[in-house]
Amino acid sequence: MTELFIRLMRKPQGFVGVVLLALIAAACLFGPALAPYAPEKIDFLGRFRAPGWQNWLGADQFGRDILSRLMVGARSTVPLAFIATFVGSAAGAIIGVGSAYLGGRTDEAIMRTNDAVLAIPGLLMALLLVSTLGNGAGNAVIAIAVAFAPGMARVTRSAALNVRNQDYVKAAIARGEGAPWIIFREMLPNVMAPIVIESTIRVSFAIMLFATLSFLGVGAQPPASEWGLMVADARQYMHQAPWGLIAPSAAIALTAVAFNLLGDGLRDALNPKDER
Amino acid sequence: MTLAWFARRLMLTLYTVIVVSMLVFAITQILPADAAQSLLGENATPDALAALRAKLGLGDPAWLQYSRWARHVFTGDFGISMRTSLPVGPEMLAALSRSLLLTVSAILVTLAVAVPLGVVAALRQGRLTDTGVSLIAYLGVSLPEFVTATLLALLLADTLHWLPATGYVSPLEDFGGGIRHLALPVLTVSVILVAHVMRMMRSETLDVLKSDYIRAARLKGLPERTVLFRHALRNALLPVITIIALDVGYLLGGVIVIEEIFAIPGIGRALMIAITTRDLPSIQAGALIMAATYAVTNTFADMAYAFLDRRIRYD
Repeated sequence: MTELFIRLMRKPQGFVGVVLLALIAAACLFGPALAPYAPEKIDFLGRFRAPGWQNWLGADQFGRDILSRLMVGARSTVPLAFIATFVGSAAGAIIGVGSAYLGGRTDEAIMRTNDAVLAIPGLLMALLLVSTLGNGAGNAVIAIAVAFAPGMARVTRSAALNVRNQDYVKAAIARGEGAPWIIFREMLPNVMAPIVIESTIRVSFAIMLFATLSFLGVGAQPPASEWGLMVADARQYMHQAPWGLIAPSAAIALTAVAFNLLGDGLRDALNPKDER
Repeated sequence: MTLAWFARRLMLTLYTVIVVSMLVFAITQILPADAAQSLLGENATPDALAALRAKLGLGDPAWLQYSRWARHVFTGDFGISMRTSLPVGPEMLAALSRSLLLTVSAILVTLAVAVPLGVVAALRQGRLTDTGVSLIAYLGVSLPEFVTATLLALLLADTLHWLPATGYVSPLEDFGGGIRHLALPVLTVSVILVAHVMRMMRSETLDVLKSDYIRAARLKGLPERTVLFRHALRNALLPVITIIALDVGYLLGGVIVIEEIFAIPGIGRALMIAITTRDLPSIQAGALIMAATYAVTNTFADMAYAFLDRRIRYD
């Protein structure tokens, strides 16, 4: 573990990713305590105040401090995207490993159906589910998790196919272990590397998807300071206050970049042979 | 590409469309405890609820509801819009044609930009150009469509006044105006696609350049130009077909947001309107048409790939 971390920090992608993520994690943990103002504090004299010493990143249409809203909003954006990815990845990984374990025609049938589900674009799937379950952040998380599962199942299954033919799995079958033991104790731990890499990169998709759902009005609801919602709000006033638009956009992009970098860094750290 | 492979691939596409239709139907009509209630909202009168339940046949078992719907869809009848009282099918297909105009233009722009950039990045691996190109690619994939769209509109429409911010003009009626209105949405879609295709093109070119036949071509004394264009590029381009086809699914999701922002009456916007007005037949039609378009595109891509790369023999 320590060795892996050192290898990760040696690569520029890994290093920058880890540093950015540490900052984001700090904002999630201590954001409300560090924020200079309350996120919903209205100041009518400070409407559309340009970035300056009073509001470092400017103020929005109600004079609310954008930096404070971003710092508090980190909580309602990043952890939710993380949970959605985790649940979706776990479900997908179990489907993928299970399918590879069963093999043969069952595997074929599961994967063909899985590929068919993949034909529904992620955003469309999430939108359909949210429109059925009802608007809101919680339902958006469920929708993203469901939308992610088939993609993860595919990635996991291709890794698990190799593991399926390894001697230790054959040995487990020979000594009469049950399917759950083989899937969870023998196969799953040995396909963790690709799963971790793929899900790290997927967190950045989840953040974007979650922000997009909020932007379209079906995810987080006002007055939450979720980042996608902040962009949607600021769009109406982009002539008067472009900073209201740029600050949350940059926050989304930075977080997505951070997870992308970490994913790439992890890929290098976990596969030392691959120099590309 | 044998006939058997061809038939199998078509069967697979058919299977995909059937699974997708079941899923779309299940999510929109079967999953809600009472679809009529969720369609009409909380203030609906009991009479209106009963009438809608009877109209949708919500009392019937799920498989019967589905088979009734599927039979109609199979004959091209997607039902009547609850919002406009017009048939849904023709409206959705007209919207799809506008979305396809947007996506195809974006793919063409992407190819024109991303392929040369990817090759240049590969040829200058590790140097400043490569790093710069890779950084831009990173940013491209890390910005959601709505952010890219909004920032580009802020820059090109609001600040510089080069392009109209929203709206759609059919290029068939007014070619210049149509192109000008399409420019911003196409640019937005391309930013994301370029990032993808460029990364792919870069790594493929690097792989190909390391291969034995490139070494052989060089040792034969062929000029570097010939090696690059006749040998390397042709092989590096093949996987780009696949990645573009896979991106079409992503694109069709992306058009939902982009059409919403730029007010383009395409299928994505039609779907968003259907979702916000709870127009069930339109939601079902829009979702199914989108997913089917993706399935068909992927089939074509697989066929093109198999046709171009004769080494591939699917069994």
